[in-house]
Amino acid sequence: MTPLPVSIDATLELMRGGGYVSDRSLATVLYLSLKMGRPLFLEGEAGVGKTEIAKVLADRLGRRLIRLQCYEGLDVASAVYEWNYSAQMIEIRAAEASGAVDRERLVEDVFTERFLIKRPLLQALEPDVGGAPVLLIDELDRADEAFEAYLLEVLADNQVTIPELGTFRAKSPPIVIVTTNRTREIHDALKRRCLYHWIDYPDAVRELEIVRTKVPGAGERLSREVVSFVQRLRNEDLFKNPGVAETLDWASALTELDQTALNPETVSETLGVLLKYQDDISRIEGSKARALVDEVKADLSAAE
Amino acid sequence: MSDESEIEVDKTGRLAENIVYFARGLRRAGLAVGPAAVIDAIRAVEVAGVATREDFYWALHSIFVSKREHRAVFDEAFRLFWRRRQNLEEMLSSLLSDGDRPEEPEKPRPGVTRAAEAMFPNAGAPAKPHKDDPKVEGRLLVSERELLQHRDFAQMSAAEISEARHRIEQMRLPNDRVKTRRLVASPRSGPIDVRRTLRTSLRTGGKMILLRHRRPSEIHPPIVILADISGSMSQYTRIFLQFMHVVGERRRRVYSFLFGTRLTNITRQIRLKDPDEALAACSEAVADWSGGTRIATALHEFNRLWGRRVLGQGAIVLLFTDGLERETDEDLGVEMDRLHRSCRRLIWLNPLLRYGGFEAKARGIRAMLPHVDEFRPIHSLEAIADLCAALSERRADMADPRRWLSAA
Repeated sequence: MTPLPVSIDATLELMRGGGYVSDRSLATVLYLSLKMGRPLFLEGEAGVGKTEIAKVLADRLGRRLIRLQCYEGLDVASAVYEWNYSAQMIEIRAAEASGAVDRERLVEDVFTERFLIKRPLLQALEPDVGGAPVLLIDELDRADEAFEAYLLEVLADNQVTIPELGTFRAKSPPIVIVTTNRTREIHDALKRRCLYHWIDYPDAVRELEIVRTKVPGAGERLSREVVSFVQRLRNEDLFKNPGVAETLDWASALTELDQTALNPETVSETLGVLLKYQDDISRIEGSKARALVDEVKADLSAAE
Repeated sequence: MSDESEIEVDKTGRLAENIVYFARGLRRAGLAVGPAAVIDAIRAVEVAGVATREDFYWALHSIFVSKREHRAVFDEAFRLFWRRRQNLEEMLSSLLSDGDRPEEPEKPRPGVTRAAEAMFPNAGAPAKPHKDDPKVEGRLLVSERELLQHRDFAQMSAAEISEARHRIEQMRLPNDRVKTRRLVASPRSGPIDVRRTLRTSLRTGGKMILLRHRRPSEIHPPIVILADISGSMSQYTRIFLQFMHVVGERRRRVYSFLFGTRLTNITRQIRLKDPDEALAACSEAVADWSGGTRIATALHEFNRLWGRRVLGQGAIVLLFTDGLERETDEDLGVEMDRLHRSCRRLIWLNPLLRYGGFEAKARGIRAMLPHVDEFRPIHSLEAIADLCAALSERRADMADPRRWLSAA
């Protein structure tokens, strides 16, 4: 078990060690959240690396990662706990077969931890030899509001109440990371209990560093051009801007095609890796892509 | 009991009477004040004493005000009611004739209309402190010039508010209930609820196992209201805002936007509980009242910045606009198409239909019509009731946009 980082710089280093190039604002909020024991609420466009933070953090700190993927209709039975009904039924039948059925006893026997199936939230509150786990509550905006309200108790007090058994309280609270894509506004009451951070698209320097770290096979010239092209694309008022994930996909796609530099034809052919809306693709394809590539080349040669 | 205490009783007796009248006034103004609250108030005043006006104010406040939004009304009612008697007539006249006294503040405070009505119900209809329509009104004029100005709206009366609430309760939007994937207990058939079944069976010691069921729960989908506040629509703006306010009060997940030459999200402002405060806050937040219209630009901005945030989970979009735009190009159709494809149902409410011989001839209207699910006609839009009636209209043939396209 790795101890928690002791400073913002140490946090930056920790993440970098796991191949996550973060900027200082993110490192600061991450450090604070670890230090203060508050959940971290990450919001941002799809593909800017929200989920990755939790993965890298769990990996570097040597903690268990417990992931709760949210979806519409997510309820307590699949997020917190469920009773093992078939085992309970068998228990009841067995009690009947043995003759003496004492109702009170039976209720006590059937609703014990033995028959409890623990789901992610409850698992996260259990003590762990490797230290408190990292709990990733992914895409919270997909769950319905009722579930969000349920989370309040978990996030604020690190506890879960099971009517038949009582309240489970975590001895050492988990490191909680909540992510949302903002397809719905999350209630202020939940945000209030967390530290908030908006993850933006990275600037050119950081994005280049990310490409170098994640796609080491791509040549230096190609990486520079790819990053510069994507950065320009984000200023184009597109319906959906390409995220970091798309940049990385594109860099590896071009590397697979044995490209060492951008050329307009390949760009137009592989645009589907970057842009996922037909309107956007038809706007950029062809002459626009050519113009952007020319700009990129002119810029980079001027910088040299 | 000594003589002193009798005098005391006599004094509080008259005070108590006044408190009762005051409470009745508050009740008329829409505060939930019951007889128990009146008794509490009298007791509170007895305990706290009436040494200063401020103490008295806060003593009554602590009893009668139980919601934040009632503070404005209470404040106004208190100011009106607890005055020396000789000032009463003077005050009445100052209240009813607008702007005679120079020290009267420029803008009416929220709740003035309701408080005045409630305290002096027989004083005749109080003149509206401000005219509803602004001086500049380009009705049926479309201007691309960005005209930035602020507006004040006439305040809502208590009767208006309760009427509006009642109408909204009765309103049935098309496709107004959606099934969620969440299951709730159901008395009749559905998937078996093992948990409840097991718990009830344990009551009999497991001798009898009675099946319990579940069914999908139903909720109202989110409502997104996009209202045009350009010059040609300015006479309806107050109704739209009232509608947004009351719908937001009655339903969860209501998002309100206004657009003229620019798009403004007023969801937060309209959520203020007091209707006058809410309307005033909207007035503050929006810079382009009664200006020109750029529907395509506004829709583009909505689609790009807000669509993905508020249209999730099967939202119904209510679009209030006359569709009159000078600069109609392909963009309008494209943006409408995008909007249409991002929501579950797009309902266009067009007040232009008040003219009997309406035909979908204007280019903007023709560009928008193919992309709406329903085109709701409205012949006269005087109050929220008309709006609710138009939206609840059951006759689908009237709402079919193709009917209007083929007619023109």
